[in-house]
Amino acid sequence: MTTSRTRFATPQRLLHWLMAVCILSMLFIGVGMVSTVTPKYLTLVQIHKPLGIAILVLALIRLALRIFYGAPALPADLPEPVKLAANLSQYIFYALMISMPLIGWAMLSAASYPVVLFGSVHLPSILPVSPSLHTLLWHAHYLLAFAFFGLILMHVAAILFHKLIRNDGIFETMAPVPTHGRPE
Amino acid sequence: MIQSPASSKSIRPGPLVVIAAVVGVAAIGFAYTAGWLSPHRLTPKKLVSALAPPGGPALGHRRNHAKGICFTGTFEANGDGSALSKAQVFLRGQYPVVGRFNLGTAEANAADAMVRVRGLGISITTPDGQQWRSAMIDAPIFPVSTPQDFYELLTASASKDPDAMKNFIASHPGFTTFLGWAKNGTWTGSYAEERYNSLDSFLFVEGSGTKHPIRWSLIPAAQPVPISPEELAKRGPDYLEQEIAQRVAAGAQHWSLVITVANPGDPTADPNQAWPPDRRAVTVGTLTVQQIEPERDGPCRDINFDPTVLPAGITTSDDPVPAARSAAYSRSYNSRTAEASYYPRTETGAKQ
Repeated sequence: MTTSRTRFATPQRLLHWLMAVCILSMLFIGVGMVSTVTPKYLTLVQIHKPLGIAILVLALIRLALRIFYGAPALPADLPEPVKLAANLSQYIFYALMISMPLIGWAMLSAASYPVVLFGSVHLPSILPVSPSLHTLLWHAHYLLAFAFFGLILMHVAAILFHKLIRNDGIFETMAPVPTHGRPE
Repeated sequence: MIQSPASSKSIRPGPLVVIAAVVGVAAIGFAYTAGWLSPHRLTPKKLVSALAPPGGPALGHRRNHAKGICFTGTFEANGDGSALSKAQVFLRGQYPVVGRFNLGTAEANAADAMVRVRGLGISITTPDGQQWRSAMIDAPIFPVSTPQDFYELLTASASKDPDAMKNFIASHPGFTTFLGWAKNGTWTGSYAEERYNSLDSFLFVEGSGTKHPIRWSLIPAAQPVPISPEELAKRGPDYLEQEIAQRVAAGAQHWSLVITVANPGDPTADPNQAWPPDRRAVTVGTLTVQQIEPERDGPCRDINFDPTVLPAGITTSDDPVPAARSAAYSRSYNSRTAEASYYPRTETGAKQ
């Protein structure tokens, strides 16, 4: 799934940065909302649900774009374990981006909550009401959120390492605008 | 300008500091948002823990209003509510209801006569798939004004300090109104004879977008018959559940749903303050309770009567309490569903 391009395609880069904002917001909203009893709680929950579904839709579009466009090759001089970690992290990101909203949706369904997106727009239930399923999904949603945030921190640290220390062009493959200072 | 590691083994410390700083700031921001750096923040966890009786929470049960019994029935709208709210539930018609009569206690096995507050939870589903959930109580006002005050009330009432309640009342004079009702209000011998009040204020939204601050009450058709708590105690610890089951088996029970519309300036943000009695009241329909079922295997068991589950046409107002109730009810629900084995169903195969 590599391509001869040196950068991800424009729609891929656009989605990457849009989703970066959405997902980081989502994780902060998630940990914030479960730790407050102020009216902010309701506002955050009301953002969390439609934003989660938006992320699901964007992730599926992004997956299709990835299959269609592929990805630029990693630098040839990158050690094999680093290449493996880079590739693996991408699979995990896709898995999380798609599974987290689905787990959240399923969790609400199993708890018999209406899944309201906004106003009168709501989604159907995707699971029967079940305390045991709800418990399982709730724990998964909670733990995977922290795993997701941890993975993002590693991702940020890694890309800064590539940019600031190796300056090997990996950052440029996803940079929102063309940057200079790239080695040949 | 920038060295390549391929050509140099030495890594300058500057970039590493930048990386550590970026990751560190993000992690600290996350920890702050999660409340880990704010031990004084009133979290759902703290609020729910404060509800627990001295022996710990009743595992598998709601963390408050732990003792209850399910019912099913209908809400029949007369159409008059449509002048105030666009919600489908107010269009003339009949909509299914799942509900729960309950006692305002964290003890699942409390004796009826020991519990002053009685409640009713309902969930009304309309054909458009929306739900209106509400959890009401028979007190005319909420004991306090804010979630923080409620937490302080729970803390004071659980305190070993003999002056704790005295100090709480001195700093929260609004609580005396509630105490007046608790001491002098009428006790009845039936869930069917109680009036249940929303206490909190909500907004009804018309199709045009016009908003009306409102509260609501369910007014019983049954005539309340006063009874002393001593007399109620003699009838047994679970008399209320036995009575409502027999009563409904003999005939459906009814309540009128009455919407009270605030005048400008009424205290919508304070559930501890009643509105003057002359406010416009609109009867919008009738709740009919048709069948009682024990909670253990009943249809209300897995429902969280979160008062912020509202159809389009009803929203929360500037009253700060529903948000806190929603946050706390959610925590209670997550805890009790994870403890289902402590409160097993009796029906085989009822559980997934």
